[in-house]
Amino acid sequence: MPTQVPHDHEAPQSPGALDRIADDPHSRKRFLSMAGVGAAGALSVFLAACGDDDKKTTSTAATTATTKTTSTSADNKSDLEIVQYALTLEYLEAQFYKDVVASGLFSGGDLDEIKLLGSQEQDHVDALTATVKQLGGTPVAAPMTKFPLDDAKSVLKLAATVENLGAAAYLGQAPRIKSAEILAAALSIHSVEGRHAAALNTLIGESPTPDGPFAKPADMATVLAAVKPFIVS
Amino acid sequence: MAHIITPNPELEGLEVHGMTRGSFILRGALAAGSVYGLGAVTPFVSSALAQEDTSDVDILNFALTLEYLESAFYKKAMDLKLSGLAKSYAKSFGNAEDEHVRALLATIKQLGGKPAAKPMFTFPMNDQKSFLKLAQTLEDTGVGAYNGAGPSIKNKDVLAAAGSIVQVEARHAAAIRILNGMEPAPDAFDKPLDVETVTKAITPLIKQ
Repeated sequence: MPTQVPHDHEAPQSPGALDRIADDPHSRKRFLSMAGVGAAGALSVFLAACGDDDKKTTSTAATTATTKTTSTSADNKSDLEIVQYALTLEYLEAQFYKDVVASGLFSGGDLDEIKLLGSQEQDHVDALTATVKQLGGTPVAAPMTKFPLDDAKSVLKLAATVENLGAAAYLGQAPRIKSAEILAAALSIHSVEGRHAAALNTLIGESPTPDGPFAKPADMATVLAAVKPFIVS
Repeated sequence: MAHIITPNPELEGLEVHGMTRGSFILRGALAAGSVYGLGAVTPFVSSALAQEDTSDVDILNFALTLEYLESAFYKKAMDLKLSGLAKSYAKSFGNAEDEHVRALLATIKQLGGKPAAKPMFTFPMNDQKSFLKLAQTLEDTGVGAYNGAGPSIKNKDVLAAAGSIVQVEARHAAAIRILNGMEPAPDAFDKPLDVETVTKAITPLIKQ
């Protein structure tokens, strides 16, 4: 897939502190290396709220329904689990941006952009919270989080990693969603996470489309393992 | 899809054989035809009519037409004097759209469908600025089109593929928007677009 965009440090969109970003694959690699470790701890964060110990959360696209079936309680339960999972991730993203704003590492236009990203994640939190209630569930509690916020450069790299992971997480769940309404909502959030990820990628000098022409999905276990280091249990 | 489209009376006489009149694509194309005239939306109507009752194929053909459009657009852009990121995006995004076309063609055939014919296009652009402006419109429209069609897709594998493509369209849109000095994500939720809206948006780019 020959679609890597070359780095271009003359990018007109790189304002202020973002110009100071140099290549430092450290945080991304460190983050990605965490994928694959046990996800049980992070899983429990939302499974507890679902009141559900069922761990068959990693099978994607296992269903190949050829006709739309009427909603059943099993479908409802399955969708609820996915929405709670998405809510947990959105809580994490929203809190991340709140912490970044509070860190004082950014100012001016950079800070405004970070605030906007954060407010959109908060909008996602609000929408998903409402959806959980609509499905008759109790919204999962926001996880206690802790992010390494050492300097502007590493924070932007972490932001890119989190957003790319979020986009992959939605993509991984979309084919599992039973309700057309919930799928529509998830898709409208999914592409925004993709936009965020692309924007942050260009800010740190990486391709907006790191997977090439086809974005790669991530399953629940992979995603939860990746965010586990930021969840304080 | 809560949006029910009612074609105008002159189109109601259109004979539709072996085709669900409520077909996702046909509905939107006919509605757009009521604005532009039936000839203008022929690529959509004929591809929809060519299908039996296989609406995933309808949707895939709708997506294929959009990807043909984007692919032709970036190819045409390579004739312009582009520089910097605009140039590298035109090349790499164009490659991605070509890959999308290939994937959709393969999927349509796999489902036993007949791929829509590739229309001829015309693009109102002559420099980097007009290229970037139109690129933003096309990519944002593509995102809305896939998001709008997604919940109607029945086959889960097709849905997964469409999701994987739409995320890339959204990433293209964000990168282009940044070059235009626009917010990469103007809203917290990308608005899904129905077929009628998308068809109306792109019909002026199809050569009659």
